Amino acid sequence: MADLRPAAGQAGHAGDPVLQTRGLSMVFGGLEALNNVDLEVGRDTITALIGPNGSGKTTFFNCITGIYRPTRGQVTLFPAGLPAIGLKGLAPDVITHHGLARTFQNIRLFNNLTVLENVLIGRHTRMKAGLWGALFRDRATRREEREAIGHSFELLVSYGLDHMANELAKNLPYGDQRRLEIVRALATEPRVLLLDEPAAGLNIGETSSLRDLITSIRERERVSILLIEHDMSLVMSVSRKIYVIDYGRLIAQGPPDEIRRDPKVIKAYLGEE
Amino acid sequence: MTNPSSSQKPGRAILAEIKAGLLASLWICLLAFPLMTLEINPSSHTISFSASRLPFLAGATFVLAILWRFFLRRRAFQGVSKAVLKSEGLPEGLIKGPKPTWLTVVMGSRFRYPVLAILLGFMALLPFVSPPYLVNVMVKALIYVSLGLGLNVVVGVSGLLNLGYVAFYAMGAYTYALLGQYLGLGFWVCLPLGALVATLMGLLLGFPVIRLSGDYLAIVTLSFGEITRLVLTNLDITRGPRGISNIRPAGFFGLDLNGPIKDFLVANLGVDKDMDINKILTYFIILGLVILTIICVFRLENSRLGRAWLAMREDEVACQAMGINKTRAKLTAFALGSTWAGLAGVVFASHLSFINPTIFSFMESIMILSIVVLGGMGSIPGVILGALVLIVLPEQLRAFSQYRMLIFGALMVLMMVFRPGGLIQSAREVYLHKLGGQDGPQGGPAGGAARIEALNGAGRPVEGDGRG
Ligand SMILES: Nc1ncnc2c1ncn2[C@@H]1O[C@H](COP(=O)(O)OP(=O)(O)OP(=O)(O)O)[C@@H](O)[C@H]1O
Ligand SMILES: [Mg+2]
Repeated sequence: MADLRPAAGQAGHAGDPVLQTRGLSMVFGGLEALNNVDLEVGRDTITALIGPNGSGKTTFFNCITGIYRPTRGQVTLFPAGLPAIGLKGLAPDVITHHGLARTFQNIRLFNNLTVLENVLIGRHTRMKAGLWGALFRDRATRREEREAIGHSFELLVSYGLDHMANELAKNLPYGDQRRLEIVRALATEPRVLLLDEPAAGLNIGETSSLRDLITSIRERERVSILLIEHDMSLVMSVSRKIYVIDYGRLIAQGPPDEIRRDPKVIKAYLGEE
Repeated sequence: MTNPSSSQKPGRAILAEIKAGLLASLWICLLAFPLMTLEINPSSHTISFSASRLPFLAGATFVLAILWRFFLRRRAFQGVSKAVLKSEGLPEGLIKGPKPTWLTVVMGSRFRYPVLAILLGFMALLPFVSPPYLVNVMVKALIYVSLGLGLNVVVGVSGLLNLGYVAFYAMGAYTYALLGQYLGLGFWVCLPLGALVATLMGLLLGFPVIRLSGDYLAIVTLSFGEITRLVLTNLDITRGPRGISNIRPAGFFGLDLNGPIKDFLVANLGVDKDMDINKILTYFIILGLVILTIICVFRLENSRLGRAWLAMREDEVACQAMGINKTRAKLTAFALGSTWAGLAGVVFASHLSFINPTIFSFMESIMILSIVVLGGMGSIPGVILGALVLIVLPEQLRAFSQYRMLIFGALMVLMMVFRPGGLIQSAREVYLHKLGGQDGPQGGPAGGAARIEALNGAGRPVEGDGRG
């Protein structure tokens, strides 16, 4: 629970980048899934990444979270008040430890574990106990475990999932599974939260509560958010800046009302005239 | 048939499983027909035909085929949805857990210590009042309980299909046999050494298989088990196929247990006259080992490390995204699982006083795996019950020993269709959470921190809460 990060705005101003990619490229065989993508996630803001199907959005997430190793380019994290960290080439778990957390386009919960355990696993990277602690349950381990459980419960309470804490994750309704995945990511205490199409498969009511969830996360958790989403009304209403990619290339960037009117964006979405 | 059977009629699913298993087994029998049935007699220069080994082979391959299919289908079972429990009608601030079973009810009630004490008392009295034969069976069963619990860490908790587990069992047994034979080391010194050797070998095997999962992992571990057996068969130091005999039983402070101590026990406690008191000692050693194993596995399962294993089993990509070092998690699972095989191996060698490589055949791995699957993957009580069922029952049904494997296979099929989670399905730890002094679950995350306490079991504080 101890948050060692300086308060937002103390070091680094809102709008400074917290995460930055330079010339990020990813080639699969002959396919350039990403081509020289320069993107910045502003500190304490919600940034969106949109694009037609197959344009490389999920690949972008996979590259910055270490699931894929980018072919070229840099990924840099700027933690407030700390030296910058190059993320390229690091293992996914190390990147999570540095403060990137994500959700998946196809929900990837730990299905046969309880809701609380899912969140507890999110605490993994902020805990220390090893084999010794597990077997002997020394005082420090017990305290850490207690704190982790408490912290996880707090998260579940604040995001409205506590009444299902001991239910297996696979038994949750779809909307709550999406929500749990976000809460689990938050449990890692991320500096940047990466959401891959969180509204996919949600109905209108669920989407609007997702909108509230995203804005309330932004307010409560001092976390910057990078959002991939197809639901335009959601994207337009929450994000400060939008990046658009098509065939792995950035074709536009700017605030929502500019993007809405950008002819290149319209063309990418609607196809050639 | 890739769909989970839950959507089909059970009868159909059973038939389909049996058919697939029989087909695989028929295929293997056909392939191995000449090997298994023709016996060359070098002295009389004749070739004779004997089909006596075929039923065993058929049964064994049948079980293996069924197990294999089970593991492939396990993934398909995820995502089956049940009704979601509501938290209505509960004391304020208490969150309802999953449906209680008789086991969780007993273990969560205040009767849990008396129940455990009675159980322990019963187990402790057993060897004094039972015939030698039964003590032998119990020792064997308990050895398999600890093997099952060890393999459960690898297969049930971490989801790594290890078909060569018996290799680590052999390492433990041979460590004691060889060190005893050549260096004269005693049981108590060799017990930790055997565990250490098995753990190190587990680590060693872990490195090459880190990148593998699923079927590939199964095949590599299977080969590892076979290679180990072949090495033991061909080394001079292990005396090859003849094996090592005259392995000493465990000592007890250098006392001669079959001397005056035995006379005393026979006279005063009604111990059977033909009982080898060393067996009683072995019984208590393995009982202690099993209890230790249960405690360790339970603690591991509900720790940061154990949760990492579970997460790895559930989803390898998501577990890494949650900050879990997959490499480390896999290695520790492999190594720790092997530790118990090593311990059990040492006890086994001292119990039997004779070991040779054929004891540690592939069928043994299958046997242990069956215990885990039949009992319930990842479930401690399940694995215990599985071992008792699979070891004690066949001893009682000796008449059918030819068909043992076929009966196993049939059992597996029934299990998979009716109780895919095993005899006793694994239940996750329940944490109850009391919002002390708060009016509702709306309390903000920051303010409530100090007043929130987490409870597990049926309202019993999280380990250390009450004492800290
Ligand atoms: N591991 C891979 N190997 C080969 N090609 C891949 C791989 N992953 C993605 N691709 C390809 O890269 C391109 C971009 O895929 P990606 O999943 O990033 O798209 P997306 O923008 O997330 O699409 P959607 O909106 O449908 O989620 C696609 O053409 C896809 O087929
Ligand atoms: Mg995508």
